[in-house]
Amino acid sequence: MFFDISSLQPVTKVFGSLFVLLLVATLVSFLLSRSKPQTDHTELTQRINSWWIMMGVFALSLYMGPMVTILMFAMLSFIALKEYFSMTPTRLVDRRVLFWAYLTIPLQYYFISIGWYGMFIIFIPVYAFLFIPFRMVLAGETKNYLRAVGNIHWGLMLTVFTLSHLAYLVVLPNEAEVKNLMVSGSGAALLLYLVLLTQLNDVSQYVWGKLFGKNKIAPAISPNKTREGLIGGVLTTGLLAMALAETLTPMLWWHGLLIGLGIGVAGFIGDVSLSAIKRDIGIKDCGQLIPGHGGILDRLDSLTFTAPLFFHVIRYCYY
Amino acid sequence: MKIINRALRWLFFAIIIKPIVRLVIGLRYQNKPILPEDGPALIIANHNSHLDTMVLISLLPLKVLHKVQPVAAADYFLKNKCIAWFAQNVIGILPIERQSERQTRSPIEQCAEALKQGKILIFFPEGSRGEPENMSELKYGVVKLAEKCPEVPVYPIYMHGLGKSLPKGDALLVPFFCDVVFSKPLHYQDAQGNFFEQIKARFDEMQASVKLPKWD
Repeated sequence: MFFDISSLQPVTKVFGSLFVLLLVATLVSFLLSRSKPQTDHTELTQRINSWWIMMGVFALSLYMGPMVTILMFAMLSFIALKEYFSMTPTRLVDRRVLFWAYLTIPLQYYFISIGWYGMFIIFIPVYAFLFIPFRMVLAGETKNYLRAVGNIHWGLMLTVFTLSHLAYLVVLPNEAEVKNLMVSGSGAALLLYLVLLTQLNDVSQYVWGKLFGKNKIAPAISPNKTREGLIGGVLTTGLLAMALAETLTPMLWWHGLLIGLGIGVAGFIGDVSLSAIKRDIGIKDCGQLIPGHGGILDRLDSLTFTAPLFFHVIRYCYY
Repeated sequence: MKIINRALRWLFFAIIIKPIVRLVIGLRYQNKPILPEDGPALIIANHNSHLDTMVLISLLPLKVLHKVQPVAAADYFLKNKCIAWFAQNVIGILPIERQSERQTRSPIEQCAEALKQGKILIFFPEGSRGEPENMSELKYGVVKLAEKCPEVPVYPIYMHGLGKSLPKGDALLVPFFCDVVFSKPLHYQDAQGNFFEQIKARFDEMQASVKLPKWD
């Protein structure tokens, strides 16, 4: 490597454990499909293979330093916004408005790359919020105006604003000298902490729900979500957050427990609110970019809620 | 000159078109790709955008690129010298005259001849691009062509989303995912009953399998 990764030691340790965890999962699924060849295990195998790729890309981007991580999240925002615009109804007259909406992505991530917190935090909710309706008025079509402007704003907040909080975590501890940074250090650890907890929260809510799920929470939106799954998942996430807090973050163990419980609940809300959108539109998945998982948005839905929550708590209390 | 054109064409698709199609637009296959491995073959698809041709060509492997010929209107693509050069040498179109008074040869003859030379023809049975994301009536020309070359496989492909990305009359590309549906090849010589109806039925079937919003 052309740079010193010793400051990423905690990150490496956690990735090591994840590697082992995924190896076990791969082995289990392999044995499962060997012992029960009559049932179809394609989806499980696909899911696990996709986890390998996602973990690989994520790890690589963290080790390549903050600029590469920011670039990768900009790409994720782009794909997510494209998925969003491809699945929701948009108007032909708004084509140029949508183009401007895409242009917010490079700007938003540029502000992150120079550590300009003030602009990062108001660019989408203030400037883009005001500019989009202005550009739409120039197009001059009033039919379905409110629906269209609401749709575009929602998409920008969901796929650009909230997700960019993930990228800002990398520069958060070194805002001032971010441009000269070759290694992410403690910022990368924060990002890993949040992504890991959110994704494992999804998995553990699913597993707890499968094992003990009885009482449905939102049968009209997501029939597989149960109270047992939610409680089991949130507690698991809380405990894991507690265990990892002092390795990856500046938090004390009991702060970690609290934020873990918060991440568990917020992840659930993010998941269900995207489910509500999919129900409304009448689709099951947002795409099929990630085999076994669906689209990018299907994988990032929980993060859209956990990222701002975790980011602002950690920034307010520790930086 | 010919070798230079062929190299230019290869570079244009490998370096510019394929990355744009894969990264900026993004393809979502609705089923496993069913594509010709070699010529002669006839690919028929719905037509909404100039991007249709680009996407169809980039679906095919680069090693058959020199055999691919999109059938295109001469009155549109040959009216300007620069565009004509580009369309014929880089995109590699087979120009046909749409109006019968200007035709020296029948367009169907021209297409059939290209197929006999082992080309992979890209043919839009709707004739023109029409309204974005609306499929218009298919024209009968495709059947006449299949009749002339009954042994050539016909691959129907349906694309959704390109009419949003780059509709007729607009020059600004706005990215939307393109959903691609493939269908098993049809052969005129094995077809029982009405070939035209069979093609139409395939397109209806493929269109129904994509459930995504049209324009609001």
